[in-house]
Amino acid sequence: MRETYGKTLVELGKENPDIVVLDADLSRSTMTKFFAGEFPGRFFDCGIAEQNMVSIAAGLAASGKTPFASTFAVFVPGRCFDQIRMSIAQPGLNVKLVTTHGGISVGEDGTSHHSIEDLSLICSLPGFTVIVTADAIETAQAVRVAATSYGPFYIRLCRPKVPLVHNENYRFNLGKAVAMRQGKDATIIAIGLMVSVALEAAGNLKRDGIDCRVLNMSTIKPIDEAAIIKAAAETGAIVTAEEHLEHGGLGSIIAQVLARHSPVPMEFVAIKDTYAKSGKPAELLQRYGLTAKDIEQAVHAAVKRK
Amino acid sequence: MPRLKGKDTSSITSADSVKAEVFSSVSTKEMEVVAKRLRRHIITMTGKAGSGHPGGSLSAVEIVTSLYYGLLRHKPSDPQWSDRDRFILSKGHAAPLLYATLAECGYFPVEELLTLRQLDSRLQGHTDRTVTPGVEMSAGALGQGLSFAVGTALAGRLNSQKYRVYVLLGDGECDEGQIWEGAMATAHFKVDNLTAIVDNNGQQIDGWNRDVMNLSPFNKKWQAFGWHVIEVDGHDFTQLIDAFNQAKLIKGQPTIIIAHTTKGKGVSFMENNLDFHGKAPNAEEVEIALKELE
Ligand SMILES: Cc1ncc(C[n+]2csc(CCOP(=O)(O)OP(=O)(O)O)c2C)c(N)n1
Repeated sequence: MRETYGKTLVELGKENPDIVVLDADLSRSTMTKFFAGEFPGRFFDCGIAEQNMVSIAAGLAASGKTPFASTFAVFVPGRCFDQIRMSIAQPGLNVKLVTTHGGISVGEDGTSHHSIEDLSLICSLPGFTVIVTADAIETAQAVRVAATSYGPFYIRLCRPKVPLVHNENYRFNLGKAVAMRQGKDATIIAIGLMVSVALEAAGNLKRDGIDCRVLNMSTIKPIDEAAIIKAAAETGAIVTAEEHLEHGGLGSIIAQVLARHSPVPMEFVAIKDTYAKSGKPAELLQRYGLTAKDIEQAVHAAVKRK
Repeated sequence: MPRLKGKDTSSITSADSVKAEVFSSVSTKEMEVVAKRLRRHIITMTGKAGSGHPGGSLSAVEIVTSLYYGLLRHKPSDPQWSDRDRFILSKGHAAPLLYATLAECGYFPVEELLTLRQLDSRLQGHTDRTVTPGVEMSAGALGQGLSFAVGTALAGRLNSQKYRVYVLLGDGECDEGQIWEGAMATAHFKVDNLTAIVDNNGQQIDGWNRDVMNLSPFNKKWQAFGWHVIEVDGHDFTQLIDAFNQAKLIKGQPTIIIAHTTKGKGVSFMENNLDFHGKAPNAEEVEIALKELE
C-alpha cells in the first residue's frame, strides 16, 4: 500500500497543482520519493524534524495549498502532537497526514518504531477525519478522497505488503463501514491488516457453526454509528480487531457507541497495555494476540455472553 | 577478551560493586584490532538478522572504541555501578555497534550478538535500557539523547559524583529542534561534565545532509550556542583521544567533538552508500565484507 500511496500522489499532483508533499527524511520508505522525482519544486524534505514539518504543512494549507505530510506513524502524531493540535486541528486546516509503518507489523525495528498509540492520539483531536486502509485498492481511493475533501485528515498505512481484500470495483465511501461478509451470530469489526485476518477467522468460525459478519471500519472517525447499531441489533455480539493498543483506538470508539445506543457483549482484539519488542511481523502479531485464532477465541467468548 | 585491571577501591560506592573491576585503557594499536573485530560483528549480526543499520554503525566504530577502550571508567561486571562514566547512544539505530562493543567488553557473551533483532532477544532493533546490560537509554526516536544526557550530567553534579557523560549524536539527527533545545540547556546550565560527539558522516536517509537539510556552518552553530568545539578525523584514534582529554579540561562550558567520518567505513561497497543506511548485507555481501575486514 506504500507504493500505491506514492503513485497516487503523483497522479494527484498532475491533476492539481496545489498539491504539495512534505516528508521528514523517510521519503524512500513512505514512497513520497515518487512525487519528489516528478515534482521537485512542490516537494519539501524537512529533514528529521517532524514538528517543523507539520507546522510548515499548516502554513501551506492556510494559504491555499493541499499539503500531504508523511513519515512513520510513530512520529506523526506522537512526536508532534501539540503542533498538530494547534497548527492543524484547532484551525481546521486542510492538511493530510499520511503515515506509514502503523502498528507492530513494522517488525524488527522494535518498540521505538512500533506505532500503537497513534489512533488514540489523533482521534482525540476535534475535526480530524481518521482512516486506516485495509489494502492497496482502498489506499488509492482513500488518498484521493482526502485530496478532494476539505479539512484535516490522518491516513494510516502499514509497512508489510497485505493481501487484497477489495476488488477493482470497490468504491471507498468516506465514513461508511464496508460489509466484507454477511453473518447473523456475531460481527467482527476490523481495520487495516486485521481486516484480512478477520476474514480468515470468519471462515474458520463458519466451520464451527458460527456465522460472522465482518465490517471493514476504514473510517474510524467520524465512525459509522448506524452500521454498528445495526450489527449489534442483528448479530448481538461484537468483536473489534486492530493493530493498536486496546485503549483509545477502534475498540474504545465502538464501545462508546454501543454503550450509548445498544449495549451487547463485546470483546477486544488489540495489544494489551504493553510495548512490543523486536521480531518478525508474523511473530509479533502472534505474540501480541493479533491472529485469526485470537479473533476466533474472542468471538466464542462474546457469543457465549449473549 | 575484556581487559580488566585491579580493584578500584576509591570509587566503590555500593556493596554490590566490591567485586567489580574497572575496565582499563589500551593502546591505539590495540584499539585498531578491536575496531576491526567490531566491524566484523556489525556485518555478521546485521547479516544474520536480515535487517538493521550497518552504515551508521560502521562510521562510529573508532569513536565508540576510543571511549570504551580509552576513556570510560566502567565495570562490565557491574553495569549499574553508580559512579560509571555514561555513554548515551542518541542515534539508537547504531545499536549493532554498541552491542558489539558491550559484548567485547564482557557485558554479555559475544555469541549473543547473533540474536540481534530476534524475538525474545536482549538485543533489540533499537537500544532498550530495560533489557540490555550496559545500555543507558531507550532510543531509536532521534533527537532525545542530548537532553537525556544533560539530565544525567546534572544528576551527577547534584550528587557530587565524578562521572562524565558522553553522548553520541548523528549529524542528520541534528535536524531535530530538540537537539538545539538541549544544546542551549547544556550551555545555560554550564554542564561541563558532558562531552557530546557528532558522527559527522555527512549522510542521513534521503541523501547528503547538505541536500536534505543543510546544517552548515555546523561548527559555528555549536559555538553560537555556547559550546567549545573540537573537530577531528573520526577514524583517527590519536585525534579522538586527544580531543576527549582536552574536553575534560574545559570548565564552565560543554564541549562537542565534531568527528568527521565516512558512513559504512571499512567496507568498500558500503562506504558513502545510502542503501546501507538501513539495509543488511545479504549472504554474499557478508562474505565479501568479512574478507575486506580480515
Ligand atoms: C524522530 C525520528 N525520525 C525519523 C527517524 C527515522 N530515521 C532513522 S535513522 C535516520 C537518519 C539518521 O541520520 P543520522 O543521524 O545522520 O545518522 P547516521 O547517518 O549516522 O546513521 C532517520 C531519519 C527516527 N529514527 N527518529
